[in-house]
Amino acid sequence: MKISELPGDEDSGLTCRTYVFQNESHTLGNALKCIINRYEDVDFCGYTVPHPAESKMHFRIQAREVPALEILKRGLKDLQKVCDHTIDLFEKEVKEYNRI
Amino acid sequence: MPRLDKKPRVMLDEFRVKNAPDDYGMADEKWSFKKFAKSFKIHIVRLDNTEMEFDLIGIQPAFANAFRRLMLSEVPSMAIEKVMIRNNTSIIQDEVLAHRLGLIPLKADPRLFEYKPEDAAEATEFDTLEFSLKVKCTNNKSQPKDSYRPEDLFENNCVYSSQMKWHPIGNQASVHKEADVGPVHGDILISKMRPGHELDLQLIAVKGIGKDHAKFSPVATASYRLLPDIRLTREVNGGEATLLQSCFSPGVIAIDEDGCARVAEPRYDTCSRNVYRYDEIKDAVELSRIRDHFIFNVESVGAMAPNIIFVEAVKILRDKCKSLLDELNTL
Repeated sequence: MKISELPGDEDSGLTCRTYVFQNESHTLGNALKCIINRYEDVDFCGYTVPHPAESKMHFRIQAREVPALEILKRGLKDLQKVCDHTIDLFEKEVKEYNRI
Repeated sequence: MPRLDKKPRVMLDEFRVKNAPDDYGMADEKWSFKKFAKSFKIHIVRLDNTEMEFDLIGIQPAFANAFRRLMLSEVPSMAIEKVMIRNNTSIIQDEVLAHRLGLIPLKADPRLFEYKPEDAAEATEFDTLEFSLKVKCTNNKSQPKDSYRPEDLFENNCVYSSQMKWHPIGNQASVHKEADVGPVHGDILISKMRPGHELDLQLIAVKGIGKDHAKFSPVATASYRLLPDIRLTREVNGGEATLLQSCFSPGVIAIDEDGCARVAEPRYDTCSRNVYRYDEIKDAVELSRIRDHFIFNVESVGAMAPNIIFVEAVKILRDKCKSLLDELNTL
């Protein structure tokens, strides 16, 4: 399993969670944080790589109403959309460049 | 004079770097994919088989940096991973030689190969390339008289990457051509030898990523910088104009026929801020960078074209999101 949950949020409902991503780092962490931080319904979002020698990334989400899991899923979907759009646009531009 | 455009800027002052007063940062605007898709632009400036320059405009620094990091350390390529040494009587030690061989860039397209499973004992035609390097240095019998040059005295005194020989595994010979899997450059010096020295090596190349070892990185460099912007706040003439021109990279400042300085090509300025050394002209310029305009420079090692490396990098991020989403959905 690549994702697990850090204990400690049992009393705060479903809206606050810290997820641990195995084999991920700043590449995914910062890009995902950049999206989730901008959601209207998110109070706090941050990530950390606790130790440079361990390939782990902790990802914290705090919200008031929406479950943190839903927010994480939405963030990943949005990042995926950004990637798809980037690929399409880039390939279109390369085609255009090669045509000239 | 207020600026007409609404580009987010960072001002390069004499002693500090500050954000423009009307710039509240790209950090607190709300996320909307529609808005992103509308403002995001890509512009290709230069593209050939090994080098590429392109602009990503209207993108968050986090994404630009993610793409750069992915190109460097997560896009796969093929490299020599294991070296079986049957004989090495040359000066260069076994482990140093093996390391040197590992760093030789290979032309093989990593998209046509699979990662070798960690527990796999046997190499298959889908995940491994096999080469051999068998060279022996001897005295040159037909050496010209009075010559002391090693290349005249000895045969094979220099071992080059072009002397590597490919041995297809299984069906590989019908799928790949020797010219498409071997070293990118044939003139890489591997070792120097003297008569009696001999190399007999078997080289095993596999697919890997730059995170594991830099030899697997498909790019020589992948970097980005922000677009510089230079504005002249007053007219600069005569001697001051030539002084101003000398403060910037060549081609950045042009001087018109009437001796008046004009900003011609701010894109290629190094933003050295040399101009602030001269009191007489430092009030005439305003240096800044556009905060959401990233100029990417990608230099391929030779296996894949740089535009393909970028697309592969973005695909890796997309597939990461996809597999994580799949995992979360089954939770």
